[in-house]
Amino acid sequence: MDLSSINPAVLIASLMVAAVPIMLAAIGELVVEKSGVLNLGVEGMMIIGAICGFITAVETGSPFLGFIGGAVGAAVLSLIFALLTQVLQANQVATGLALTLFGLGLSSLMGQGYVGIKPPATGMVPFGPLADIPVLGRVLFRHDPMVYISIGIIAAVWATLKFTRMGLIIRAVGESHDAAHALGYKVTRIRVLAILFGGAMAGLGGAYLSLIRVPQWTDGVTAGAGWIALAIVVFASWRPWRVLIGAYLFGGISVLQLNLQVANVPIPPEYLSMSPYVITIIVLVIMSSGRGRAALNAPAALGQNFHAAR
Amino acid sequence: MNRRTLMASAAIGLTLAFGGTAHAQGMDKVKACFVYVGPVGDGGWTYQHEQGRLALQAEFGDKVDASTYQENVPEGADAARVLTQMALGGCNIIFTTSFGFMDATNEVAGKFPNVKFEHATGFKRDHENVSSYNARFYEGRAVQGVIAGMMTESNKIGYIGSFPIPEVIMGINAYYLAAKEVNPDVELSVVWAYTWFDPAKEADAAKAMIEQGVDVVAAHTDSTAPLAEAAKTPGVIGFGQASDMTAYKPSPRVSSIIDNWAPYYIERVGQLLDGTYEQADTWAGIKDGEVEIGEITEAVPAEVKAAAEKMRDDIAAGTHHPFTGPINKKDGTVWLAEGETAPDGDLLGMSFFVEGITADIPK
Repeated sequence: MDLSSINPAVLIASLMVAAVPIMLAAIGELVVEKSGVLNLGVEGMMIIGAICGFITAVETGSPFLGFIGGAVGAAVLSLIFALLTQVLQANQVATGLALTLFGLGLSSLMGQGYVGIKPPATGMVPFGPLADIPVLGRVLFRHDPMVYISIGIIAAVWATLKFTRMGLIIRAVGESHDAAHALGYKVTRIRVLAILFGGAMAGLGGAYLSLIRVPQWTDGVTAGAGWIALAIVVFASWRPWRVLIGAYLFGGISVLQLNLQVANVPIPPEYLSMSPYVITIIVLVIMSSGRGRAALNAPAALGQNFHAAR
Repeated sequence: MNRRTLMASAAIGLTLAFGGTAHAQGMDKVKACFVYVGPVGDGGWTYQHEQGRLALQAEFGDKVDASTYQENVPEGADAARVLTQMALGGCNIIFTTSFGFMDATNEVAGKFPNVKFEHATGFKRDHENVSSYNARFYEGRAVQGVIAGMMTESNKIGYIGSFPIPEVIMGINAYYLAAKEVNPDVELSVVWAYTWFDPAKEADAAKAMIEQGVDVVAAHTDSTAPLAEAAKTPGVIGFGQASDMTAYKPSPRVSSIIDNWAPYYIERVGQLLDGTYEQADTWAGIKDGEVEIGEITEAVPAEVKAAAEKMRDDIAAGTHHPFTGPINKKDGTVWLAEGETAPDGDLLGMSFFVEGITADIPK
C-alpha cells in the first residue's frame, strides 16, 4: 500500500474530466424534469450524441463542430420523445426506456464505418503562466474547453431557473400544468423546448465521451453513464449546484477506484464501484422519509401528461 | 413437445443423418461459424479472429461457408442461446473466441454431438466434439517485458488486466520476470478492469497509472483505448495487444503481440473437409507463428530492440523459456528450482503472482 503515490491535485483534475459527461447529461435532464417531464432516454440520447459528434468531427476535422453535431443529433432524437409524450400523450416512462433502446441500436448502426478511427484532437485551453501555478494550475487551468463550458452551463441553468421569468415559467409548468395553462402559458410548447434542451445537453455529454475522454467510437461507449446522470438529478434533489457536486462525487469515485488499485490499496474495487449507487439509494431514503414528496423537492407534476381540454 | 423442441430435435436428426456419415470420409462443404465477445472493429482481439475468418473464407472459397458470425455476445447465458441457434442453423464447426464462453460451449456441445466446437483459451473439453485452442501469449509478454524494463525512466511499469484468470496472470508474471531480469529496480502496478472491452474504463485505468508515474503501460484488454490515453502524455509507451494497432506507431505503440489465428482455422476446417479431424488441445506460440511480435519501432533505442529481438528468437528456437527457475511464488515458497522450466499444467492453472509483484490477485 502506497498512498503517497496518489497526487491529490492530479486526482482532482482527472475527476473533473471524468465528471463532465454525466454532469452535462444531468443538468439537461434537470431542466426537463423541472418542466414536469420525466425522460428516461438519457442513455440513448447520450450515445446518439456520441456517434453524431464523432461522425461530424471526423468528417469536418473540427472538434468544435463535432460537439455541435452531437448536440443537434441528440436533440433530434429527443424530438421523437417530445412527439410521443407531448402530442400523442404516450406514457413517459415507457417512451423514455424505448428511446434508450432505440438510441443504442441506432448508434451502433450509424457507427459501422467509424470504428477504429481517431477523431481530431481537442487541445487544452491556453491559460499561459496560470497553468504553471503549483497544485492550483494543475487542478484548474489545464483542461479542455468543455470542462469550463460544462460548469458555465450549470451556472447559467441555476441563474435562469432562479432569477428569470423564463425560469419561473418552466418551474410553474412543472409544479402545476393546469394552473400554468390557466394563466395562458403554452404548456406543451414549453415542455417540448425543455426536452430539446435536455437532448442537446445529453448529446454534448455523449460527444465528450467519444471525442475527448475515450477518444474513439465503439459500440456502447456510454456504458451506463446516462443512468448515472438520472440518478444524479435525484441525488441533487433538482438543484443545479448539487448536480455539480453529485457529478464530481460519482466521477471521483470511479477515478479513485482505479487509482487505489494502482497504489495497491487492499479495498476490493467492487465496493467502490457500487458506492455511488448505494449513496443515491441512501439519499433517496433520507429525503423521502417523513416529510413527504414536497421535502424531496421533486416537481409536483413530474411524469404527468398534460392535455388541454379546451 | 412444443414446436421449438420439435424443431430442435428435427435439426439434430438432420445433422445426425448428414454429419454422421460425412464425418468418416470428410465433407464436401463445411459451414464454419464464429462467436465473438466484442465488435469486429475493436482493433484488437476480436478483429484478429475476424481476420482469421476472412482468411478461412479466402482459402477454401466455395467449399467453406464462413459467413456466419455474431459480435458482442455476452459471456454467460446469452452465449448458450447464440450457440444453440448456430448449431440449429446448420453450422458444422463453431469457434467460440473468448474464455468466458467455456461453460456455454461445453453445455451446448453436449446437445449437438455432430457439431464440432472449438473454444479459444479455455481448458474444459467435457465432450468428444469440443476442442480447445490457445496461443502462448506469455511468450510475447516476455518480449514486451524486456522493452518495458529497459525503457522505463520511473522504474514503474503497469499492466491493465481484464479478469484474474490464469491466462492473464501468466501474462503478468512473464512480463514482470522479463522486466526484472533487465532492470532489478522495476516495480509493477496492476489494475483489474473487470471487462474485456470497455474503452472508457480502459482509458481511465491507463490514465490512473500514468498519473502515478507509470511510463510503460501494457494492456490485456481488447481495445486501443489505453494506447490512445498513453498518446496524450509524452514519454509514455505501450504495446499493441492482440492486433498490431499500427495507428499508434511509432509511439506510444513501440511493439505489439499479434494473434495470428488464420493458420489454425484453415488447418482445422481443412481437416474437417478431408476427414482427418480429431479432438485436440492446441497451444502454439512464437515458434509456430500463432503469436507474432509486431515491428519494434524506432522510438526505442537499438540496443533495446536488439535485446527484445534476441528474447523473441531464443523463445522461437526453444533455447529460452520465459518461466525458467529459480522462481519463487509471491508468498516466498519455491515454485521452480534452478534451471527448471514451468510445466504447461502449472501455467494453465496459474493463480499466483511471482515473488516481487506487490499487487494482489482478487479472489
